Amino acid sequence: MTYDVIIIGAGVVGASIARELAKYKIKVAVLEKDNDVGNETSNANSAIIHSGYDPECGSLKAKLNVLGNAMFDTLCKELDVKFKRIGSITLALDDNDVKTLKELQIRATKNGVETSILSREELLKIEPHISNNVKAGLLANTAGIIDPFNFCVHLMENAVDNGVELYLNTKVVKIVKENDTFIINDKFKAKMVINCAGLFSDEINEMINPKSFEIIPRKGEYLVLDHFDDDFVKHTLFLVPSIKGKGVLISPTSSNNYLIGPSAEVCLKDDKDTDKMTIEQIKKTAMLMVDNIPFNQVIHTFAGIRPTPANHDFIIEEIKTKNFINVAGIESPGFVSSPAIAKMVVEDFIINRYHYELKKDFNPYVRPYLHINELPFEKRKEIVDRNKDYGEIICKCEKVSKGEIIDCLNRSVPPHSIKALKKRLRVGFGKCQGGMCQSYALHILANYYHKDINEIPYDSLDSYILLDELKGAKD
Amino acid sequence: MKTYDLVIIGGGSAGLAAALEAKKEGVDNLIILEKEPYLGGILQQCIHNGFGLVQFKEQLSGPEYAQRYIDLVNENHIPYLLETMVYEITKDKEIYYTNKQDGVCCIKARAIIMATGCIERTAGAIQLEGARVSGIMTAGLAQKYMNIEGYMVGKKVFILGSGDIGLIMARRCMLEGAKVLGVAEIMPYSNGLNRNIVQCLNDFDIPLYLSHTVKKVVGKDRVEKIIIAKVDDKMNYIPGSEKEFDCDTLILSVGLIPYNPLLEKLNIALNPKTKGVNVNQDYESEFEGIFSCGNSLHVHDLVDYVSKEATLAAKGAVKYLKNNKQEEKVYKTVAGRGINYVLPQQFSYQKDSKIDFKFRVSKPFKACSIVIKNNDSVVRIIKKLYLLPAEMEIISLDMNAITNPSDLVFEIKEDF
Ligand SMILES: Cc1cc2nc3c(=O)[nH]c(=O)nc-3n(C[C@H](O)[C@H](O)[C@H](O)COP(=O)(O)OP(=O)(O)OC[C@H]3O[C@@H](n4cnc5c(N)ncnc54)[C@H](O)[C@@H]3O)c2cc1C
Ligand SMILES: Cc1cc2nc3c(=O)[nH]c(=O)nc-3n(C[C@H](O)[C@H](O)[C@H](O)COP(=O)(O)OP(=O)(O)OC[C@H]3O[C@@H](n4cnc5c(N)ncnc54)[C@H](O)[C@@H]3O)c2cc1C
Repeated sequence: MTYDVIIIGAGVVGASIARELAKYKIKVAVLEKDNDVGNETSNANSAIIHSGYDPECGSLKAKLNVLGNAMFDTLCKELDVKFKRIGSITLALDDNDVKTLKELQIRATKNGVETSILSREELLKIEPHISNNVKAGLLANTAGIIDPFNFCVHLMENAVDNGVELYLNTKVVKIVKENDTFIINDKFKAKMVINCAGLFSDEINEMINPKSFEIIPRKGEYLVLDHFDDDFVKHTLFLVPSIKGKGVLISPTSSNNYLIGPSAEVCLKDDKDTDKMTIEQIKKTAMLMVDNIPFNQVIHTFAGIRPTPANHDFIIEEIKTKNFINVAGIESPGFVSSPAIAKMVVEDFIINRYHYELKKDFNPYVRPYLHINELPFEKRKEIVDRNKDYGEIICKCEKVSKGEIIDCLNRSVPPHSIKALKKRLRVGFGKCQGGMCQSYALHILANYYHKDINEIPYDSLDSYILLDELKGAKD
Repeated sequence: MKTYDLVIIGGGSAGLAAALEAKKEGVDNLIILEKEPYLGGILQQCIHNGFGLVQFKEQLSGPEYAQRYIDLVNENHIPYLLETMVYEITKDKEIYYTNKQDGVCCIKARAIIMATGCIERTAGAIQLEGARVSGIMTAGLAQKYMNIEGYMVGKKVFILGSGDIGLIMARRCMLEGAKVLGVAEIMPYSNGLNRNIVQCLNDFDIPLYLSHTVKKVVGKDRVEKIIIAKVDDKMNYIPGSEKEFDCDTLILSVGLIPYNPLLEKLNIALNPKTKGVNVNQDYESEFEGIFSCGNSLHVHDLVDYVSKEATLAAKGAVKYLKNNKQEEKVYKTVAGRGINYVLPQQFSYQKDSKIDFKFRVSKPFKACSIVIKNNDSVVRIIKKLYLLPAEMEIISLDMNAITNPSDLVFEIKEDF
């Protein structure tokens, strides 16, 4: 198996690079250790398409954030991903904070981001639930929210549709270079390797290079609230960075839920535990911003891990081994920066060097997705009359039909697990968290893959849900 | 658009009993809409005995109890649609449903009975601490996997929460050869019926850890271990009280919540205690002609009372359809000291009538009195040896006992 380029890791960065490379006449493979794409850091973050006012002027973060932000309208249209520019507001709680807001605005201007400072009265008009503490806020209209799961999945789907090969459940454990060829796991050969392994990018680097950077895992815990009220909070609300806040935000999500968090704690790379103390601390901080948060609407808590580089800027470089490119330490604002990172990596290190040609038949669009529950009655009727599977609702809370699940299974990056299905279609993401529909989802997956329902995992291949059949059960 | 006199949403024990009563009272133009492929609701997965003692004076399994009603529904030619999910209702009582035969449809009802049952509280809702791995499941889902799908869910099981379904699943897992290592309950008392504690835990030597909860779930792909800890009366962990259990499955039985997404979308106020709508003695909600009963109104422990309540809701709906409603002054019920909620939340006073008031206490009481007051005069006192939050109380109050109608206050007085 020989490729021009092998990408290690199918997070948002690896998937963006794969899709960018798919535009050229290059043979590309992506190796991913998990049972799905976008299953590590890209699966658990705030999913804010930041405006870019915050990163230090002159940093890679600042440059790529602002460039990346501008690319999302087109990308999300091509990839059929939910994206809304709802704007972000950074809130000041005292006079010191108000001073900081003014400094932040100067930084915003230098980074090329338009902002405005709003008084408490102006804020109340657009966010009536802000707490009494709030004095003023910095509004950035270009900030947005995105469905992070489907952004990764659709990027990779479009890449695969255009010729990229994806290998799931393929953990890179060994890289050697013989002459000009990299050999990975004694099996995959490539002229060039791009290390996008997120939290593990330092370990991948050290398989072939001397240690040159270190990734410090830092956990962020969150709470998710059910869709209880469309008008609760309309922008992404942050606190001015200070000891009080430590980066906690309250934001609507692309699926009309509300997200509250994250915390920030140094942790182990595989420690996605949540704990009561941290969650309580997040609640307290959130209450500084907004009054009467209905914490009885919490349906889920989770944690994501930041791949923080010691020098706090993105690492995009070729260190010692030629044609081995590290794209590492992509912590926040990594999601929003990913399209710009992909462009930079592909142009600077690959195209400018090897002058691959553009494909004439590159199709930037994924086959459109149908969300039956979002359609008006007549349209819905028309579709169900044509295909009855769209009439059968599987996930009752999020109202997802069997037809949508079957459509997903017939795509080029299909779900193999309950979690992969949940990420794509929100099956089991609602109030009952799968209590009502998980067994039906298992049957549909098992049926499609010609397996027994006890062979369908929750997530990884080892995360079984059911054991053996009970004696006499089928009689 | 097709119009029905009565549409019943949900074909569980509440929906079935409501349909039968309405039919008996002469409503012929009615239909039951049920999202699952079978009638009977949650009963169909409760294969244990213990149903029907009140209604039929015998011990039936869940499916047997359901079948008695399903047979009657069939004998009476009451129409129903299966695998039919209602996804929206409007204030004008338009009902949108979808299924694979008819596609999407809109029908109109003159009256609606909501009988949509309840859902289980989840790991997310209780903010369970630790890893999010496979092997954490709610008791009802585990019950469905074992009793309907016929699969084992784990070999070494721990159970969080002492709700009835959890207790029943403890016994079920033991009988199928799994090891049940224990049940942890955060409260100092059990939330299940006493008979279930005896028959499901004591008889199988399964330890019940009161005032304990799961502090952490450990595992990489599947649950590998859980750590429980004792809590003080403020629900804080007591340091040093941790116990570890190697297990592959954590079953949650941490509460049921009435399932009312259709009503929530109408911006109807849900009662913060019951999580169902507020109703009057006809089980009518604040929206005229929309009735609610069974587990979607408030969580019941015994199905027999669900069937009875549904009968009353159907009577209410029939009265509404016949336009027999008079303008009457409405009074409130008030949950006083020691009472979690009282149902109905509103009632109107009619001479020579009786109203069943239902309530739950907020904590266990021994040797106490239920006191019902009205305008500060005592209407009734009932002595009790004990009262438990797990058991719903019903008091039938003769309205003739009330001379001067006003709001009714229910409270518990501890006797010394
Ligand atoms: C709490 C938190 C909040 C955040 N909020 C935001 C935000 O609001 N906006 C924003 O823009 N960014 C945000 N980020 C940052 C953003 O999530 C990351 O920058 C981005 O997801 C990183 O993508 P990645 O592809 O580099 O890493 P990952 O998504 O971790 O992808 C790396 C992939 O490599 C795979 N892999 C690892 N080792 C191997 C191996 N040996 N072999 C094969 N495959 C391997 C992994 O399984 C994984 O799929 C946040 C991050 C966190 C943690
Ligand atoms: C596990 C368990 C054990 C129990 N054990 C006992 C016992 O031992 N003894 C005893 O007496 N009682 C027991 N009970 C209590 C009793 O069985 C239940 O309270 C009773 O069956 C509830 O009936 P219901 O009709 O209100 O709800 P359900 O039976 O839940 O019925 C609701 C129905 O509505 C349908 N529905 C919901 N939403 C929609 C929609 N949008 N469109 C169409 N249909 C919809 C559902 O599919 C379901 O079939 C137990 C309950 C449980 C859950």
